[in-house]
Amino acid sequence: MGKYIFKRVLLMIPTLIGAAILVFLLLRMAPGDICAVRYLGSGLAIDESQIELCREQLGLNKPQIVQFFDFIWGYVVFDLGDSMWTGQPVTHEIAIRFELSLQIAIMATLVATIIAIPLGIISAVRQNTITDYVVRGFAIAGIAIPSFWLGLMIILGLLIVTQSWLGEPWMPPIEFKSIWEDPIHNMAQLIWPAVATGYRYSAVATRMTRSAMLEVLREDYVRTARAKGMVEKIVINRHALKNALLPVVTILALEFAFLMGGLVVTEQVFNLNGLGNLMVDGVERQDFAMTQNLVMLVVIIYVFINLLTDLAYAWLDPRIRYS
Amino acid sequence: MSEAQATAGQDSGAQFRGQVSDEVLITVKGLKMHFPITEGVIIPRKVADVKAVDGVDFYIRKGETLGLVGESGCGKTTTGRCILRLEDPTAGEIIYDGKDICQLNNNELIDIRKKIQVIFQDPYSSLNPRMKIGEIIGEPLRVHGIITDEAKRRERIGYLLGRCGLHPDFADRYPHEMSGGQRQRVGIARALAMEPEFIICDEAVSALDVSIQAQVINLLEELRDEFNLTYLFISHDLSVVRHICHRVAVMYLGHMVELADCDELFDHAMHPYSQALLAAVPIPDPELEKTRGHQIIKGEIPSPINPPSGCVFHPRCPLAVDSCSQKIPDFREVRKGHWVACTEV
Repeated sequence: MGKYIFKRVLLMIPTLIGAAILVFLLLRMAPGDICAVRYLGSGLAIDESQIELCREQLGLNKPQIVQFFDFIWGYVVFDLGDSMWTGQPVTHEIAIRFELSLQIAIMATLVATIIAIPLGIISAVRQNTITDYVVRGFAIAGIAIPSFWLGLMIILGLLIVTQSWLGEPWMPPIEFKSIWEDPIHNMAQLIWPAVATGYRYSAVATRMTRSAMLEVLREDYVRTARAKGMVEKIVINRHALKNALLPVVTILALEFAFLMGGLVVTEQVFNLNGLGNLMVDGVERQDFAMTQNLVMLVVIIYVFINLLTDLAYAWLDPRIRYS
Repeated sequence: MSEAQATAGQDSGAQFRGQVSDEVLITVKGLKMHFPITEGVIIPRKVADVKAVDGVDFYIRKGETLGLVGESGCGKTTTGRCILRLEDPTAGEIIYDGKDICQLNNNELIDIRKKIQVIFQDPYSSLNPRMKIGEIIGEPLRVHGIITDEAKRRERIGYLLGRCGLHPDFADRYPHEMSGGQRQRVGIARALAMEPEFIICDEAVSALDVSIQAQVINLLEELRDEFNLTYLFISHDLSVVRHICHRVAVMYLGHMVELADCDELFDHAMHPYSQALLAAVPIPDPELEKTRGHQIIKGEIPSPINPPSGCVFHPRCPLAVDSCSQKIPDFREVRKGHWVACTEV
């Protein structure tokens, strides 16, 4: 097992180098750069030498190959450089937003799991009954409704409900406070985006749980369990669900990785300053240092989550052994 | 004999006269299992029935092995599943210990399932891949609180494995680490764990290699004598059935066509379907096989959705007369203990 993990971690290196080359090239294919954005965007008359000076300061006039190796070297010496826009270290910019994004990703995953697994089971056990149709409708709606729209509706709903119940409208707080610092404030702010994204994400997982359960419930060993005289609860939970969880875990894990970097629109709706927002800013401002490191962060998260998922398989299913 | 069993014996009616002296363990009367075929997504409506089992009567005495034979789709497995209440029968009674299994609620059902166990056909899919052998065998003992002490339970599991010809260390293995024959032995050990009285062997050996089949059959026979078990032995393999069974019942398209003592049936089959079935058993000698005349039944097995009227076998029967298509033949005793559903024999 240890040897397997070591091999997998080593195999990540070529993946990461490939991703680095891709993101480096793609960013530089777009016309313009941060200096042009900064000076030309201001609308003032700027002379060309000032832009050149800016490029020199940021190292943008070096040959591309040198810039690329600088970028890679940063990972070797653990110095990712400074944001080209704010001048702050990239690691600092990421760190202050990472907690928020991680917390939303975890909360959304929890919301999704809490919704998806029971609903998926009920839907499979009561296949083709009204219950099943309602659950499936709920799940399809989750896939169809964009989470930013649901977010808007949640905010609107909160305003209307609090207005009519409390007499004055209440909005989730805007400023982010760490959960360790002020848990109530933190939850009041983050529970809504977690529900909005968690619902969408639960929809996929509900359907996966349902279909996996349906398959497993027809297995002979489930019939064996019933014939052994096990009560239905044990048959479902112990014999069927455990065997049906594998694909569900895969879906949940991949969605979790996606949430870490992909919550661009939802963060806008709830006015959250997370990694998605940072990414949008980075792309808009052509802040290469920021964007390429952020993309690399998402890549690393994906690769690690994939490894963890594979390890979870071995834990969930004794037939899978890595060596 | 308990009152319940006596009643069960008498209730089986004239059909079973003459055998009441032996203790009857289970009586099946007029068992029907129809699976509805529905159409329509939103408002499902029933359009037809698959008549998997359509009126089956038999009884099994204590310590006896009754073979249930017939070709694929004739309803033998469904009959077994109805007895376990893995299916809810459409009609009929299954009387065990004086109680009708068909009428039991969930709690009573769990009690009866401790006494009736099953060995399934496929040793590959009938064991939960996520559980160790020890857990699979020990689970009912633990859940039903029969042996609560962990060490004693392990000892019992080890004993059961040993009795079924496996090393007690197999308790710590997963099913995928074992061969088909070993898994089937685990299936048997699991069935024995609850100290049942009655075991339904649903094609218990047909997924195994022939040499392994012989070992498992011998094991089943030993266990029957040792634990005084009663078997319902469902199979399509007539030579295996002849080896292990006391009596044999032949099913065709959801109906029982013949029931007799094992040797009587194999030597003097009366129903034309039984005769054809026996004639189809290959003889393991090519010279002899070549000279033997084959009696091949004409036509295909009809659909159980729309079975033939009267005697279900009449469209394929060499003896059929006009009346066969109108009247369902009685299941009558033509010789002592030999029952046939045919008017022409």
